[in-house]
Amino acid sequence: MRIRSPRDFFAGAIFLLFGLCAVLVGRDYPMGTALHMGSGYFPLVLGALLLLLGAGICIKGLVIDGEGLESIGLRPLLLVLLAIGAFAVSVEPIGLVAATVLMTLIGASASPESRWREVVVLTIALLGLSVGVFAYGLGLPFRLFPF
Amino acid sequence: MELLADLQLGFGVALTLQNILYCFIGVLLGTLIGVLPGIGPVATIAMLLPATYTLPPVSALIMLAGIYYGAQYGGSTTAILVNIPGESSSVVTCLDGYAMARQGRAGPALAIAALGSFFAGTVSTLMLALFAPPLAEVAFRFGPAEYFSLMVLGLIAAIVLARGSLIKAIAMIILGLLLGIVGADTNTGLFRFTFGLPQLADGIGFVVVAMGLFGFSEIIANLERRAKREIVMARITSLMPTREDFAASWKAVLRGTGIGALLGILPGGGAVLGSFAAYTLEKKIAKDPSRFGKGAIEGVAAPESANNAGAQTSFIPLLTLGIPSNAVMALMVGAMTIHGITPGPQVMSQRPDLFWGMIASMWIGNFLLVILNLPLIGIWVKLLSVPYRLLYPAILLFCCIGVYSLNNSAVDVGLALFFGLLGYLFIKLDCEPAPLLLGFVLGPMMEDNLRRAMLLSRGNPGVFVTRPLSLGLLVVALALLIVVVLPAVRKKREEAFQD
Repeated sequence: MRIRSPRDFFAGAIFLLFGLCAVLVGRDYPMGTALHMGSGYFPLVLGALLLLLGAGICIKGLVIDGEGLESIGLRPLLLVLLAIGAFAVSVEPIGLVAATVLMTLIGASASPESRWREVVVLTIALLGLSVGVFAYGLGLPFRLFPF
Repeated sequence: MELLADLQLGFGVALTLQNILYCFIGVLLGTLIGVLPGIGPVATIAMLLPATYTLPPVSALIMLAGIYYGAQYGGSTTAILVNIPGESSSVVTCLDGYAMARQGRAGPALAIAALGSFFAGTVSTLMLALFAPPLAEVAFRFGPAEYFSLMVLGLIAAIVLARGSLIKAIAMIILGLLLGIVGADTNTGLFRFTFGLPQLADGIGFVVVAMGLFGFSEIIANLERRAKREIVMARITSLMPTREDFAASWKAVLRGTGIGALLGILPGGGAVLGSFAAYTLEKKIAKDPSRFGKGAIEGVAAPESANNAGAQTSFIPLLTLGIPSNAVMALMVGAMTIHGITPGPQVMSQRPDLFWGMIASMWIGNFLLVILNLPLIGIWVKLLSVPYRLLYPAILLFCCIGVYSLNNSAVDVGLALFFGLLGYLFIKLDCEPAPLLLGFVLGPMMEDNLRRAMLLSRGNPGVFVTRPLSLGLLVVALALLIVVVLPAVRKKREEAFQD
């Protein structure tokens, strides 16, 4: 069996996965009746539908020819995700200032076009904006420093 | 004249110094993100939601609305000058707008786009004022069955209008509905799909989903595509259109406004569809269709009027029925909820200041936009030369701050990261994310109305077809579905989304 349309096949696989998850987790919820629908009624119906659709799209990807996958640029993908992750784990324990610097530095390195001089200036500018506008200007309750 | 009194109330609200200021900030930001490719109104509105916490609700909604229709103005600038659509609703403007720019007629193209948009904005503001009250009257007669059927219609319309594969769009909607019901069940209190995470008990935040799917994933995809594309910018010599330009375009503006306004009201509609339809119509009825793509001014006037009209009339279903018709409106639901307002027909009677203030602000906003876009065009052009490598870290940071400060939750940022990855995969796999977001917002409402309808009918599912309003809505939905599956229409639909 050959995958003829990877864009369909893998999209179908994602839907299949979510559908499966919904059905497996959702079957523990009470179904109820049509009159008094339980918590499980709606998600189970949707999960089953998603399973069917996912399977259908998968099969379509195996049977009908389609466009191939574009290449995945690992550098932007991983570094952007890493930058977001770094912000998420650092903003509470060590504060907004460090989180902004971390995120800008990691984020900027996602593009091969970034130049380090510019990045330094950009980091300072963004630091000014995030602290000045969001923390002070809008008064959002941020912890600024780890101390 | 009740309408005049209402409008007077609206202008009274919108013309306070504070609200003019927020309207200005909104349309300014809208123009900004419209000009910049790679960031759209969905991500921007999501980003700014936390910033509106401290504002009065009217000011907040005035500003957020301004971002949406402001983006329609800005999008045309980029399309005409550098042949890159700043917004998806300006895709067709590239065809003739850039052709005009290459002939040294960028100025008239920009001027007609802005003036056409202003006309369209004025007309659709009036339409909003005229049609919203009677529609809200109808909405008061809606029971749970009607609401459920209406949402089915909206979702089916979203499927029909989504680009690419139909079956994938259906799957995206169902996935959205499922993600929408994560969290405590409002009827039974049971925690569903929370996987033991207490942060999920209130459900996944819609800003989290929107930011991941429309903000983060776009940045990643943009960075990838950034293969040295030199921007050749057209020069602007004179802004003034000639007499012939006006003669050629005023009818196109009228038609574009009509189509855009009409398609904007439809569930699932908005700015994008109208611009495509208006361009297609102009090409169809032109005496010499071969001029299109080579700098026909009608090809700029019609779609630009249409997208602005559509952006504004898509507020009608939101303000009268409480049902969002596209991803931006889904965010507006969120914005209203944050400020303690339940979108629906009662807004007009309970908060007339808010309702009419918002409508009046749209006209003021459009007026401000003409000023922003014509005399100040030079500033926006300069902005286009800011390289993306300096922009995206800023966008990334503001997105993170936006997501975090909504609930002061780092877990939300992590979740948005997950949706960013998911959105990136969806881009690679040709799945459009807008239907997912719509499903996400409608999920809990749909389940709730389904349950209530079934309770009221004592478990008889026939209630959806025996109540005339509900039946009518379902028939329309069914007709849409049948039409789109017909091979002939399907081919047309694919063509329409091709260019």
